[in-house]
Amino acid sequence: MAFLEIDHVTKNFPAHDGPGEVCVFREVAFSIAQGEFVTMVGHSGCGKSTLLNIIAGLERASGGGVVLEGREITQPGIDRMVVFQNFSLMPWMTVFENVRLAVRAAHPSWDRRRIAEHVQRYVEMVGLAGAERKRPAALSGGMRQRVGLARAFSTAPKVLLLDEPFAQIDALTRGLIQDELIGMWTAGRNTVFMVTHDVDEAILLSDRIALMTRGPEARLAEIVDVGIPRPRVRAALIEDPDYLRLRAHVLRFLVEGARADAGDGHATPAAETLAVTPR
Amino acid sequence: MARDRVRVLCLSVTIGLVFVLAWQAFTATRPPGKGLPGPLAVGATAWQMLAHPFYDHGPNDKGIGLQLAASLGRLALGYLAASAAAVMLGVALGLSPLLYRAVNPYIQVLKPVSPLAWMPLFLYTIKDSGQSAILVIFMSSLWPTLANTAFGVASIKRDYLNVASILQLSWPRRLATVILPAAAPAIVAGLRISVGSAWVAIVAAEMLIGGTGIGYFVWNEWNNLALTSVIFAILAIGLIGVLLDAGLARLSRRLAYTE
Repeated sequence: MAFLEIDHVTKNFPAHDGPGEVCVFREVAFSIAQGEFVTMVGHSGCGKSTLLNIIAGLERASGGGVVLEGREITQPGIDRMVVFQNFSLMPWMTVFENVRLAVRAAHPSWDRRRIAEHVQRYVEMVGLAGAERKRPAALSGGMRQRVGLARAFSTAPKVLLLDEPFAQIDALTRGLIQDELIGMWTAGRNTVFMVTHDVDEAILLSDRIALMTRGPEARLAEIVDVGIPRPRVRAALIEDPDYLRLRAHVLRFLVEGARADAGDGHATPAAETLAVTPR
Repeated sequence: MARDRVRVLCLSVTIGLVFVLAWQAFTATRPPGKGLPGPLAVGATAWQMLAHPFYDHGPNDKGIGLQLAASLGRLALGYLAASAAAVMLGVALGLSPLLYRAVNPYIQVLKPVSPLAWMPLFLYTIKDSGQSAILVIFMSSLWPTLANTAFGVASIKRDYLNVASILQLSWPRRLATVILPAAAPAIVAGLRISVGSAWVAIVAAEMLIGGTGIGYFVWNEWNNLALTSVIFAILAIGLIGVLLDAGLARLSRRLAYTE
């Protein structure tokens, strides 16, 4: 049995104009193994953030369901921490208090000292030592997302859900924080589901990349195995032929192949001709 | 700007002086004891009253400090009870759009009613003028806090509540760490309006119930035709109002946050 099973999930929204419903995506089915890093790439409107919210339990599927370790997900839970695109830190709390809120919730039996030590360790892990007493408003976007990552990782969640976590961060900082994310993921081997627009980010970070066709009625077109051995070094990756081929494939898919009729849940011919190193 | 502040201060003092001088000129033409008392007479009374603020010579002759303390005591009881009730009900209304829409018509009808209109009902049902006055204060300070709390809670960003759900926070903790702090700026704005209207209402309520309090003092001094005392009491009421508002302004600055 798969660790995290996305079982033929369909999502409909009420139509903006008039009665009836609009199908965002239909019968999306794939599974994620424990410790695996899977990224979903697709155009805006294909519902990838909606799917992430369904896994988080923040939204309900219209059809199908998500099963984590054999149990269907019906509501949000601390075993599925989300890192939000807009950070979603509590603005009235300091950096330390934001992380502490999560640690306290994850470990209700711990005493104050143990909680404080744990919080401090994660604050330092993301390079925010010295900024503990600052509030989010006093931090840059990159620093705020570091708090978001510390908050998510500090609870050791079964599944980590990253919703375009670097979209609002400038390109230089983005690279640094991606490296920190990889470092923390390598140390803890959390299961990760990430959603992004950024093809390079997807290839750098993921084990597999799920490609969605355009919405409405988006479908999962194919799942590409990245297969580039870790640790992956950004500078070396730029010249790596596997990387270039994969990048071209994903980009070609996004430009040409992301039409709704391209996907039937199976690999397209383009994927079959794609030579990627098996993991 | 420091220079602006000096200019504002100079202008402010000048306006005050012009007013007092005009007042003095207007009242100086009348013989002493007739017509409106002048600033010098009010000053003399103020000096006398402030020298012995807490004397107590029976029910009709108490120091102004005692009278103000009686009023502030009533204010504290009525206002704190009303604030607690308003915040609790406001949180419930803010979290449930359905409940909000169901209760809102009643709030809209009761809100514009002068708190003093309730006095006969309170006097009839509880038969105690002191407690009735406290309930009038309760009614006067309920609505602004209730409306602001409901609005503040209803407009909490979805993201914060989502984080609370993901962390599976218990209800008391969710209230204490997310809902109340998120809505605190709106709640305190309501508390600030409420304390103002409560302080306005208490003077009128005490004029009706008699016995003690600054409102009763004003009415009693009017019956004695001691207008210097009335004028000084007006100033004291205003100053206390400023202090109450300044205290809540401080609280508001402490609880404010930027997103």
